[in-house]
Amino acid sequence: MNNHKFFHSVYLNEELCNGCINCIKRCPTQAIRVRNGRAVITSQFCIDCGECIRICAHHAKRSHFDHPDIIKNYKYTVALPAPSLYSQFNNLDDINIVLTALIYMGFDDVFEVASAAEIVSEESEKYVNEHHDQWPLISTACPSVVRLIRVRFPNLIDHLLPINPPVEVAARLARKEAVKKTGLPAEDIGIVFISPCPSKVAYAKDPLGVTKSDIDGVLAIKDIYPLLLPLMLAAEKSPMQLARAGKIGVGWGIHGGEAAGISTDNYLAADGIENVIRVLEDLEDEKFSELAFIELNSCDGGCVGGVLTVENPYVAQAKLKKLNHNLPRIVTHTPPDIRNDELYWTEEVEYLPVYRLGESMKESIVMMNRVEKLWQKFPGLDCGSCGAPTCKALAEDIVRRKANETDCIYILKDQIHSLTRSMNSLVNNAASYEVKGNDYRYIFKQYLKKLLSEISLLDSALNLNKDDKDD
Amino acid sequence: MENSLMTLTYHVSDNDFTRAGEASSDVKNKLKKLGVPPDIVRKVAIAMYEGEINMVIHASGGDITVDITPDKIIMELKDVGPGIKDIEKAMQAGYSTAPDNVRSLGFGAGMGLPNMKKYSDTMEIQTVLGQGTTVTMTVNMPE
Repeated sequence: MNNHKFFHSVYLNEELCNGCINCIKRCPTQAIRVRNGRAVITSQFCIDCGECIRICAHHAKRSHFDHPDIIKNYKYTVALPAPSLYSQFNNLDDINIVLTALIYMGFDDVFEVASAAEIVSEESEKYVNEHHDQWPLISTACPSVVRLIRVRFPNLIDHLLPINPPVEVAARLARKEAVKKTGLPAEDIGIVFISPCPSKVAYAKDPLGVTKSDIDGVLAIKDIYPLLLPLMLAAEKSPMQLARAGKIGVGWGIHGGEAAGISTDNYLAADGIENVIRVLEDLEDEKFSELAFIELNSCDGGCVGGVLTVENPYVAQAKLKKLNHNLPRIVTHTPPDIRNDELYWTEEVEYLPVYRLGESMKESIVMMNRVEKLWQKFPGLDCGSCGAPTCKALAEDIVRRKANETDCIYILKDQIHSLTRSMNSLVNNAASYEVKGNDYRYIFKQYLKKLLSEISLLDSALNLNKDDKDD
Repeated sequence: MENSLMTLTYHVSDNDFTRAGEASSDVKNKLKKLGVPPDIVRKVAIAMYEGEINMVIHASGGDITVDITPDKIIMELKDVGPGIKDIEKAMQAGYSTAPDNVRSLGFGAGMGLPNMKKYSDTMEIQTVLGQGTTVTMTVNMPE
């Protein structure tokens, strides 16, 4: 297996984590464990979907993204607003107001991701029609979906649509345009994406299908939102004419929007990571054939459901639909001078078998047999108290040498129980047999020692003897 | 099974379409964890799923044993159903004896046995009318 380094946008703020089991239960790839009272993310399993951020009541799960001050790092900056940004505001009837407010914020120019999305739609339709052998083609706009397929669905890799996501196409075209406009060297231009999700933050640093992304920085919609509101009030009076996307492009922000850009009824669109996994499982078993296209969004409702947005995803959907009502169908078409590498993948996505148990099949089988045996010992409650999401996951962790049997509090309880019983029989035996005083004391001491060591184990498993800060 | 490195057993329950596919899905995920090459996993998963569905449609369920050996994966699907009257016909693509209520669920396209044969390297059917059917399929490992 290659030593792929995984960059992640999702991380843990240890101070805030209280070691509860909410995130380990919610994580769709079982990437999180609670160890020593704190959540730990297993890097190679994490797909940056942000579900743990959504569920964590203590706000201990965070996403990396840049500070708005990033604008100051470049001579010329271009903002790349995601279509989902438009869905965050009440009674917005003109996208130009948002775009003008971005200019007031300090950006030199804007390039709508929705506009690049229209180009991607046009190309996707062409690609789908010309590649019947690859049907169903699976959309690759959501990086979490591609990451998931890369580690879990090797047989579906050949079905991935090898076209760059709209944000990457936007970044490439925006830089080209800015160089032309300003005459500045390309590196003096800052391309800043305004993102609804951590998945795209991870993409910008560690892209899929291209060696390097053209996105220089990523801001969170939730950070930009309060800054934009007052600026939009000012922009409303005389908005600049900056918008260049229609229904098709703006529609990408919601579930089904991407498929709408491809003129076919022969498609399926699924949203929400658990639904996405179900579709991929069935797709792998060839349970549906003859579909041309599959749109998959990791978040409920599509990109409007990203964890870096502020509005309820379904309200956002309604707002985007209303806003879309008066837009023309398509505004941007594929520019004739677009290069192949601006549009298409230049790198293949390769299967990373991170779930494999051992180095060889032989070793893996030995390990799996152990997992099955261990698993039968556990109560099957999947309570999460051990820090693993299921009893099966704990069994695997033990076999991978990352956990111990006594991490299961039921196993521990049983051990304590059997000790109590042997203590009892010792006392009873001592009462009924003649034992010399010294021998008795010795045996008693040994039993006590054993009991104490078991109790100390329980202690460490519950993490009570650790250097706890709260006295 | 001698030289079996691992044996997996499953019971397929009667007439429950919501659960059909659980066994093949479990096998699929286990094979991936074992590092079995993806194309082999795919063949096993599809062949076994078809067999599992057959057991639900025609035979009120049954039992499946999967043996993993160094050179092949052997699936034995055993039921005590009605048996197959005409194997040759059942092997024809599109031929089906599935009842209408099953077809209305989207099953019973007559591709079960043909697909099982297509995705396995060997397939043997032992069937006795009124007593049941045992289908044994193997998928070879590479090399």
